[in-house]
Amino acid sequence: MTVAFDYTRSTGPVIGRFLTGLRDATIVGGRLADGRVAVPPPEFDPVSHQAVTEFVELPDTGTVTSWTWVSEPVAGQPFERPFAWALITVDGAGTPWLHAVDVASPDDIETGMRVRARWSEERTGSVNDLVFEPDTGDRAVAQTPAAGDDVSRIVTPVGLDYHYAASPEESSFFRGLAEGRILGQRCPKCRKVYVPPRGACPTDGVPTAEEVELSQVGTVTTFCIVNVPFLGQKIKPPYVSAYVLLDGADIALQHLILDIPAEEVRMGMRVEAVWKPREEWGTSIENISHFAPADEPDADFDSYKHHL
Amino acid sequence: MGKTPAAVVGIGQTHHRAKREDVSMAGLCREAMDRALDDAGLTFDEIDAIVIGKAPDLFEGVMMPELYLAEALGAAGKPLLRVHTAGSVGGSTAIVASSLVQAGVHKRVLTVAFEKQSESNAMWALSVPVPFVMPVHAGAGGYFAPHVRSYIRRSEAPSHIGAIVAAKDRNNALKNPYAHLHNEGTTVESVLASQMLWDPIHYDETCPSSDGACAMVIAAEDVAKTYEAPAWIHGTVMRSEPTSAAERDQVNPQAGREAAAALWKATGITDPAREIDCAEIYVPFAWFEPMWLENLGFAAEGSGWKLTEAGETALDGGLPVNMSGGVLSSNPIGASGMLRFAEAALQVRGRAGEHQVDGARRALGHAYGGGSQFFSMWVVGSQPPTN
Repeated sequence: MTVAFDYTRSTGPVIGRFLTGLRDATIVGGRLADGRVAVPPPEFDPVSHQAVTEFVELPDTGTVTSWTWVSEPVAGQPFERPFAWALITVDGAGTPWLHAVDVASPDDIETGMRVRARWSEERTGSVNDLVFEPDTGDRAVAQTPAAGDDVSRIVTPVGLDYHYAASPEESSFFRGLAEGRILGQRCPKCRKVYVPPRGACPTDGVPTAEEVELSQVGTVTTFCIVNVPFLGQKIKPPYVSAYVLLDGADIALQHLILDIPAEEVRMGMRVEAVWKPREEWGTSIENISHFAPADEPDADFDSYKHHL
Repeated sequence: MGKTPAAVVGIGQTHHRAKREDVSMAGLCREAMDRALDDAGLTFDEIDAIVIGKAPDLFEGVMMPELYLAEALGAAGKPLLRVHTAGSVGGSTAIVASSLVQAGVHKRVLTVAFEKQSESNAMWALSVPVPFVMPVHAGAGGYFAPHVRSYIRRSEAPSHIGAIVAAKDRNNALKNPYAHLHNEGTTVESVLASQMLWDPIHYDETCPSSDGACAMVIAAEDVAKTYEAPAWIHGTVMRSEPTSAAERDQVNPQAGREAAAALWKATGITDPAREIDCAEIYVPFAWFEPMWLENLGFAAEGSGWKLTEAGETALDGGLPVNMSGGVLSSNPIGASGMLRFAEAALQVRGRAGEHQVDGARRALGHAYGGGSQFFSMWVVGSQPPTN
């Protein structure tokens, strides 16, 4: 599974000033109440608690205060080859800044080493607009400031990849789905049947072991009609999202209702599972395409009112 | 050993907006915190501890934002606690802060809650696909709409009750300069004419997405007594329950019922509808007003909508609810619960401005979160507690 989103960040005046500086190939620090200059500038002074408002343009050279070696870079880091993360105290600053130093091996970096910025050609107002490299003494090419408004918003993509490890109970539920069966489990204490099975009863806290195969017919307890489209939506609206209480279960499953106009779906309606063609089955609840009206009269309200 | 009485002596909030692109998360929090400190006549140096709350980190995509926010929140050298109980977090954050004072650990605690929804998309963040579940979910509205339908069926309420709530809260918001929505001319008819988003919930029966923050200074009795109008904390309560369990009542959740009963008992209140002068209740979807009126014990089960329909919950009614415009008019999710608590405190301090309820002496602040599974509430009063 992947969960990813491009977040937008409002930088506020201080981080905005710092990032605007980077876009213009200038390192900007902020003056703290005790007179020191901090890079990056904090938005609020940690001692006086006042907003930081005095900015100082600094040279793009500095000294390595400490460092560590990255032998196996991961996605999103400044280099695809091994490099050093270092705490660099920029000349004129009183606090170190964590940044990358481009050296070929850990033998090429040491605490106290002089470094200078190597600026990207295309700068956007990001901490990735530069990396550091050993300062060889000859001056780098002067950079022309990029044009444009000050940086006030930036986009920071975030992505998380998950591998989901199913529990034994979940595995049996999924294997059942792969065989066209819906499996639940009964709590030994309260006798309630849970589907999907959970391995433990949320009410009694005891392990559940007894497997129960459920009917493919059930009752719509309640539902809503989703008319609103949104980012990441898997089903095209409008659609009916319903709680279906399968016969033999004590808790309703959420699923989709089709084969009936949305406005005709009602509480108490009897429905049955409609499976996708067998060749499309995996180990997924989506093997069940949807629920469709069963040819039965509606259930009495009293028969499902305790499931609302 | 009994608790030390505590009171709210400073309140601050931001002007809630869809997008506050001019400030960062730190700047947003500080706007509310600086206003609360100013209201209390205190500086950061006089504060003993900071307690911060916000809703799920996926909303801003910053894991544990309290780590990077610490210095901006004035927490260097002080205890900093972060609280999370989903949508109810603003309320539970205030309760954690008040507990630190009531327990005698600290004299002055600054608490803040925030959300900067413009950094992402709450519909997306609340609809991330999870295994085993058919991907039919559609944000908070999609989650709560079936339960609203269940309420309507169980209570046999007329279909326009939600619209009465929405029109009332949107008109109350016109009297609150901090409210996000200032929709002039909202009527029951205009709400019913708005798009049906998650049937049975109309667009105008839903809360907005807001950027905003709220902060309070909570002080111990000896400090609070030096203030002209502290809001005394008479009782607090939190309760939780599972998101889903067989036969769990999603319309009138057990945790909410038991929390309210415990709160009324602790505050010596036997008839809340008479003894509470006004209430700020967490109503992100309009129908939750009558649902929570019942859950809280203001009305018998199945009859909350009758109070709403009779105008009892209007600003000039017998039990005004959401005088500030409520969550329906401003919803910086993490802060929304604290706003309920703070607005209740503003009422008993007599400082609610145009949406003040005359003579409010005792008020309820309420929040809920998750799948109606976390509840937090407090009662504040203009006089010190007698219990």
